[in-house]
Amino acid sequence: MTNDGESVAAVILPAVGLGPAHPRPDFQIVPTRGIPIVAAAVVALIAAIATNQLWALDFFHVVGGGLWTGVDLFVGLVLGPIIGRMSIPARVEFSIRFMPKMLLIMPTLVTMTLASGWQLARHLGDLSASSTNHSWLVASYIVVGAMATIAIGVLEPANLGVLFELKKPRPDGELIAKLMRRFVYTAGITGLMQVATLIIMTRVATA
Amino acid sequence: MTGAAAAGPSPPHAPYRSFPPIAELAVAAMILVIIGGIYLAAHLPNAISLTPAVVLLVVAALLLVADVVLLVRIRDFAWERFRQVAGWALVGYLVIAGMIGYAFIYDGTRGSQLVVLVAMLGVFAVVVPLLLGFSVARYQPVSADDDGNP
Repeated sequence: MTNDGESVAAVILPAVGLGPAHPRPDFQIVPTRGIPIVAAAVVALIAAIATNQLWALDFFHVVGGGLWTGVDLFVGLVLGPIIGRMSIPARVEFSIRFMPKMLLIMPTLVTMTLASGWQLARHLGDLSASSTNHSWLVASYIVVGAMATIAIGVLEPANLGVLFELKKPRPDGELIAKLMRRFVYTAGITGLMQVATLIIMTRVATA
Repeated sequence: MTGAAAAGPSPPHAPYRSFPPIAELAVAAMILVIIGGIYLAAHLPNAISLTPAVVLLVVAALLLVADVVLLVRIRDFAWERFRQVAGWALVGYLVIAGMIGYAFIYDGTRGSQLVVLVAMLGVFAVVVPLLLGFSVARYQPVSADDDGNP
């Protein structure tokens, strides 16, 4: 374990009643170092939409969508069950490092994918009701709408709840475990829904 | 001194305290505007009946108003934390709603369709920060600088 890891564990363990108290390490709920990267991605996305270049729109949609789907599947179906079997102190230590990054990564990927996807569909004429892809596109709106509801309504509040709880002088381990469980389950559900997205998008691409 | 200390016995420890269905109403309002958005997006750029979208929008707006009313009636609540989270979330979601609105305007959406879409985006941009702010603040203690009132 690294020095940093030791200091985190030293703080987490007493918080859940497993050891002597030590000062808590500080962490940023929103990692400010990542904000310029997010801003650059958003500016590039706006430029892609404004110039309406097929390659740029395709790039943002494929890269954003691939990463979004991959992260969702990996967190929901691989990382989630692993986290579920970890001890509460280990989960908390993991959360301190993992959750703030997700707070920046996921909204950026979702915005990149959806904005470029809409523009791409317009560029290719798929928005028209007469397009052979139109029904697949509507199906994708429904899947994305359901995923957005789960992500914004359950997953994101759980993510933020964990981070703010960890900021307390003495975090409530039981509450963190409850919110983490909620986070992992909903990540699993959205991960499974991403399989539907993969099917729809590959159908659209090959129509 | 918190409002609780001034008014009487302290409320239960924040994580185990019960609240009105603020999160549930916010999610319901969000679902309605998402359904309305899907309905409109599925038919663009064709002209269609706006009635279903307007009905969804009005119900969502009423739910949002009811949610705000329920929220401001809460006492001994971590309002400072709520404002912090909801405020920053509002900035983020205004950017997202602005980008979506920009895409629709750029693509030539005009008239009453655009008005309904912008109104839906407005509800979305307010209801999500409200939900996030409440979801965090409900587990937070009332700080010494906060009187626990809105």
